[in-house]
Amino acid sequence: MLLGPSLVLSAILFSIGVVGVMIRRNAIVLFMCVELMLNAVNLSFVALSTAHGFGGQVMVFFVMTVAAAEAAVGLAIILAIFRHTKSVDLKNINLLQG
Amino acid sequence: MNPSWIWLTIALPFAGFLVNGVLALAKPDAKRVVSLVGPGVLLAAFAVAASIFAGLWTHPPEEPIVLPLWAWIGAGALRVNFSLQVDQLSAVMLMVVTGVGSLIHIFSVGYMREDPGYARFFAYLNLFVAFMLILILGSSLPVLFVGWEGVGLCSYLLIGFWYQEKANADAGKKAFIVNRIGDFGVLIAMFLIFWTIGSLEFTDIVKHAPSAYAAGGTLITVITMFLFLGCAGKSAQIPLYVWLPDAMAGPTPVSALIHAATMVTAGVYLVARTSILFSMAPVSSMVVAGVGATTALFAASIGLRQYDIKKVLAYSTVSQLGYMFLGVGSAAYSAGVFHLVTHAFFKALLFLGSGSVIHAMHHAYHATHSHEDAQDMRNMGGLSKYLPATYWLMLLATFAIAGVPPFSGFFSKDEILSAAFGRGAEHPVFYVFWAFGVAAALMTAFYMMRLMAMTFWGENRTGTVEQEHLHEAPAIMTGPLVILGVLSVIGGVLNLPEFVGGLSHQGLEKWLEPVLAPAAKQMPVHMPHGSTETILIVAASLTAIAGLVAGWKATLAKPITVAKAAHEEVGFARVLFNKYYIDEIYQSLIVRPLVAISRLFLWKFVDQGVIDGLGVNGSGGLARALGWLGGRLQSGQLGLYVIVFVAGAVWLLHAVIR
Repeated sequence: MLLGPSLVLSAILFSIGVVGVMIRRNAIVLFMCVELMLNAVNLSFVALSTAHGFGGQVMVFFVMTVAAAEAAVGLAIILAIFRHTKSVDLKNINLLQG
Repeated sequence: MNPSWIWLTIALPFAGFLVNGVLALAKPDAKRVVSLVGPGVLLAAFAVAASIFAGLWTHPPEEPIVLPLWAWIGAGALRVNFSLQVDQLSAVMLMVVTGVGSLIHIFSVGYMREDPGYARFFAYLNLFVAFMLILILGSSLPVLFVGWEGVGLCSYLLIGFWYQEKANADAGKKAFIVNRIGDFGVLIAMFLIFWTIGSLEFTDIVKHAPSAYAAGGTLITVITMFLFLGCAGKSAQIPLYVWLPDAMAGPTPVSALIHAATMVTAGVYLVARTSILFSMAPVSSMVVAGVGATTALFAASIGLRQYDIKKVLAYSTVSQLGYMFLGVGSAAYSAGVFHLVTHAFFKALLFLGSGSVIHAMHHAYHATHSHEDAQDMRNMGGLSKYLPATYWLMLLATFAIAGVPPFSGFFSKDEILSAAFGRGAEHPVFYVFWAFGVAAALMTAFYMMRLMAMTFWGENRTGTVEQEHLHEAPAIMTGPLVILGVLSVIGGVLNLPEFVGGLSHQGLEKWLEPVLAPAAKQMPVHMPHGSTETILIVAASLTAIAGLVAGWKATLAKPITVAKAAHEEVGFARVLFNKYYIDEIYQSLIVRPLVAISRLFLWKFVDQGVIDGLGVNGSGGLARALGWLGGRLQSGQLGLYVIVFVAGAVWLLHAVIR
């Protein structure tokens, strides 16, 4: 019965995440937006599991595990970048420009 | 000896080439060894050839003996063995090449003795003979073609033998390039024959040609015309004759062996060898005869006004080759081969005799450090006193080439002219060719007597100091001349006509009959008989004698000035002296436009513009431009990547959901 609103909320959160990734330049904020997108997806998994069985809930655990690993690696990279450039602004990080 | 030993005749000169070639590179001073090996291998080859010929003589084979040596080409339906063919025709050529070749090799020992390139000379000469024998013994067109190209190579090497002078090297290149045009014809003819008959073996061609081609059809005419293009290149016929006079840049024995006696007759041999094809193509035969007759007349007229002794003989050779083509074009293949043989005798003698004269002149000028032209007849005169043996022998050869009875040239030339006259009954145009032949005979007699008169008679013009040094050539040079002199005189007995004893059915004609019979079935020869024959013979003899007398009287009528004091020619004589300006015409009509097209179009446009510009640099530029475009996407701005990515994802989602 809460499926519709849950999915709408999930879509809104996901969109905020996407727009954040697209327009923000701060690496930390960008990172948070990625997490937001992951959790928006988690929300839709859980919401849909009431209708389609527990598979979705199991998948949520996997996503959280991967998100944790990704956070560890990602934060380490950001830290390394900060040490190198004294900035986490992505505008300055364009070494691969063609 | 068994004919299966025939490969020895090729292997011996080739071994000589290897030995002399190694000596030329490693030990050029070893002249004694070279003098033994060079002529030695040829004499051995001649001995082998003679003993095989003797065997054939006692037991003439009905069918050609084909001796496969090894499998050479196997591709699809094409099967070519490297095999040799012994029959009556190749046996005659074998004897001429090894016999005359041996004599010229012996002469060269004396003539080239002081040359620093002595070993190299004999290496080339031996190699030439090996290739020439492959040419005449090859049992199929591809094997013949190997020899055909090989003799062309040796001709090039020997024309440019004294390559330090640019003119000689250029003459070699000219010969090579002009011959390429002819070779193209032979190749096309070969492809067409393989396409229609499926085999390139001569025996198969003889067997299948009558059923594979319609006599007088387009196909057979095209094939034979292409074959004749090759023959015209190799045998120096109009329009490809221009290389032969220039080829006189080579040493005189080379002129005698390659550019008079053997290689240049390869075209005549090829026509006789493929006589079955030519006899089925009357139009081509007419072209062959026409080109031959025209060349005979044209070259003889140029010979009237040349002063270089070798140039006179060169144009004479072109003219005599024209006679041979007149013969084979009139379907008198045996007459063409007969003239080939007698011409080999007397023209080799004339060239070697001129070599002896040049040798003496060169020594005289060398002794006095004079820079006069040793080959210019205006500088000679009265040499009969100094070179009596050479003089008498060359006089015999002059009678032979002029066609004075009973010298050898009389019989062979008479037979060709009779055959042309006889064919006139069928195609009246052959009467014109016959008339050309008679006119050429008159000129031949004239310029030969002019040569003799300018060289050997009258006052000596060499110079008073130089006269002391004029001397007869050594015995090693005059010896071969004597043998050739005997052959020039009696060569006619090879094929005596009926009126001298009815032997014509026992001579060369009879001997060649098994080879030429299939062609004779297609296009029989009607020799004139009775009073017509007598009139023709008397007319030919009178023509020859008239030409000789006229040449003698006209040359000695007024004193001759030496070369350096000579006046410029005037009127038509000037045109003749400049060889009708044919070289200049070719230069401006063919060579220059070709060079211009090559430079402006092929080089500047096609090569530099299209291939280098569009092809090589163009593909590189295209890759760079594409890379630059791709590089613009790679801005390094993460936000942009994400926007593009999201846009793509949305578009994909949209496409999937729809």
